[in-house]
Amino acid sequence: MNARFVSMQRLLDRPVSLTGRLLVLVAVVVLLAGATLPLWRISLVAPQYAEGLTLDMYAYQIVAGNDGQDLAEINTLNHYIGMKHIAQADFLEMKLLPFAIGVFALLALRAVAVGTIMSLVDLAMLFTYFGVFSLGSFAYRLYSYGHHLDPAAPMTIEPFMPVVFGSQQIANFVQTSLPLAGTLCMVGFFLLLITATWSSVREARREAA
Amino acid sequence: MTTRASLLIGSSLAAALLLTAACNPPGGTKSASSDSSLAAKSFVAPGQKDEFYLFYSGGHSGQVYVAGLPSMRHISTIPVFAPYPATGYGFDVESKAMMGQFTWGDVHHPGLSQTDGLYDGRWLFVNDNANNRIARIDLRDFKTKQIFGPIPNSSGSHGSSFLTENSEYVLVASRFSVPLPKGRYADVAKYKDEFNGMVSGIKIDAKTGEMSVGWQVLTPPFNWDLGSTGKGPSSGWAFWTSYNSEMAHETLEATSTQSERDYAAVVNWRAAEQAVKDGKATMLDGVPVIDPAKVPGVMYFLPVPKSPHGIDTDPSGRWIASSGKLQPVTSVFDFEKIKKAIDARTFDGEVRGVPVIKHAAVIEGEVPVGLGPLHTQFDGKGNAYTSLYIESAVAKWTLPPWNDQQKKDLNGIVTDKIPVHFNIGHLVVGGSDTKKPYGKYLVAMNKLSKGRHISVGPSQPESSQLIDLEGGKMTMLYEAYTEPEPHFAQILKVDAIAPIEVYPKAENTNPNAVWSADQARITRTGNKVDVRMMAIRSRFVPDKIEVRAGDEVTIHVTNSEQTTDMIHGLGIGEHNINVVVDPGETKTVKFTAGKAGVFPFYCTNFCSALHQEMQGYLGVKP
Repeated sequence: MNARFVSMQRLLDRPVSLTGRLLVLVAVVVLLAGATLPLWRISLVAPQYAEGLTLDMYAYQIVAGNDGQDLAEINTLNHYIGMKHIAQADFLEMKLLPFAIGVFALLALRAVAVGTIMSLVDLAMLFTYFGVFSLGSFAYRLYSYGHHLDPAAPMTIEPFMPVVFGSQQIANFVQTSLPLAGTLCMVGFFLLLITATWSSVREARREAA
Repeated sequence: MTTRASLLIGSSLAAALLLTAACNPPGGTKSASSDSSLAAKSFVAPGQKDEFYLFYSGGHSGQVYVAGLPSMRHISTIPVFAPYPATGYGFDVESKAMMGQFTWGDVHHPGLSQTDGLYDGRWLFVNDNANNRIARIDLRDFKTKQIFGPIPNSSGSHGSSFLTENSEYVLVASRFSVPLPKGRYADVAKYKDEFNGMVSGIKIDAKTGEMSVGWQVLTPPFNWDLGSTGKGPSSGWAFWTSYNSEMAHETLEATSTQSERDYAAVVNWRAAEQAVKDGKATMLDGVPVIDPAKVPGVMYFLPVPKSPHGIDTDPSGRWIASSGKLQPVTSVFDFEKIKKAIDARTFDGEVRGVPVIKHAAVIEGEVPVGLGPLHTQFDGKGNAYTSLYIESAVAKWTLPPWNDQQKKDLNGIVTDKIPVHFNIGHLVVGGSDTKKPYGKYLVAMNKLSKGRHISVGPSQPESSQLIDLEGGKMTMLYEAYTEPEPHFAQILKVDAIAPIEVYPKAENTNPNAVWSADQARITRTGNKVDVRMMAIRSRFVPDKIEVRAGDEVTIHVTNSEQTTDMIHGLGIGEHNINVVVDPGETKTVKFTAGKAGVFPFYCTNFCSALHQEMQGYLGVKP
């Protein structure tokens, strides 16, 4: 048993393979691209909003459709049910996410330079936690908007959970929430890390054999 | 054949004749089309859009109406010379100031701005025949932006609003002569000597569209009627018809119809422009007036069949069609010959110093179109369409050049005729006054509609009919009841313009605009109360205004929405105030608080589910 831990430890201490380093380098580029691209889109479609009202969530900003007007429109509509105004300034995530992505990029670059398989494993694990936490936080945001409704609002509706992934009907609107290119980049970063790890492990075993 | 059989046949024939006679006496054109396949040609399905705009004048309603073609549906009204509570026009400070002392106008001939002889989709100009004004509508937001006038030295602005090929000028001509300058009294009995007419070029600022008087040409007291501008060989020239070259001043119906011919004015507007630059004009009532007797080369007279109405230049700019409403022909003049006649001085004397061009030297032919010809439009494919008022029909004929056989019998060039219902005035073919007409459709604007519609009592509507020009024969497609009273119209392809649907917040420079509740406020200076109000779904901020009787109250209301069709109105009970504010717009109303009391104000333009709740109170303390 102990020998197995030792061999695992030896494997984890092996340097990242050349292919692996190149893959991590690509992963950094993909990660940084993802930081500039929209992560998620929430859209609202109703008969009188046939072209839809859209909010694109970025790591660092909210971009509303129709030159930003859609956010004002969503807020105007939401005031009838007493939903809190959606304002970018309230999103602490939009300050933390760019910082976290920067940290991940630096750690990945360190792996490219002097990394061991262990550092890739750490990176992938931390990034998974980061991803799950961010998604959870996003869902909690939506939950909060749907549940903290002003009781003095003109319309009283049951508190609701806006859909995070997929579509649902809310009154006259069909709300759709789906990932965009930025999220795909994040997933791509993770998959590239896994591939780099796998390629380094394979090469390490080949050399050992 | 037996006697009995003959009797039988004879009596049944007689019975049949009697029957048909009773149903439909010969000569009537009340026919109703029952070919339902035609319906598809003007049908625009729910949710589908029309291909063309039809901007038609509303005559003495003072407004311009917008319909779609081919559906003929009335889509919108553009208020110009008369208040229109539906859009709050004529109630706010700005539109009130623009309308000045008048609350009506008589809109006649809409003219689209042009660049290089084609519609450029910037502005629509319309004239007010009653108060001698001309208005500019911006096609970016379909709003009236300037009302220019009363124009000095011009009375009865009828021969308007015809645009030159690069919108340098919009033409104006006086239908009614008066003693000049305006404001001077003279006995009508001295009409010939004391009264004068005037043709004018109203200059249009190329950037802003702002109008000012460019030049005026003094004329004898003829009644200037309609006009058109030149292009191609006639570039730089303008044409107007007149009636009453007899210069009669009473019972014109008889006294002005004695001569066989009246005069058209042929004006070299570039020469007029130059004459003003060269200081050859005299200032009269603050504007430059050219006396054509003293400045040769500016104006010529062209004899046309008596009491003419329309004078229309074809898309090539070479052929000019003018119809004398009392003669069954349309005269076609060749501008190249007119130019030659002017250069060679082929004149037939002069009238008050203005040379009269020899008619025989410039006439190309008189086309026997039918009874009561008025206006001619062109499809750009070599065809002309003339409205026949008396005959209630549209005649289609072929433009020159004609071959020898055609020239021998001009009856042959009238290729088609279609009845219209009834007594057609103007007609319009899309782009007829440009170098490249759209053709495709013709709209006949009829003066009488009697018997065509479900009865609505003695105030009868005007009918307009849509005629298909594609295919060899004209086909009647549809008829609609256009708001009174369409005189002329312009057709514009829908994709030629891209109107805005909200006023962008960034463009609102009004210092009193408010965009959030905390910017709204009421301030008092002495007895002046200033309210900066925000209107947004579904409230006014503030919704309580307290003043004292006698206060001068100013309310600046901003619709702080940026959403298409989210329009709010502000109507104040018993105060004769209703403004309607488009998204992103700020409007100002002013009034003096009168009697004490509490007066509700509310949103007049339905906005949202809680529109009814969008209200407030104006409290007036004694």
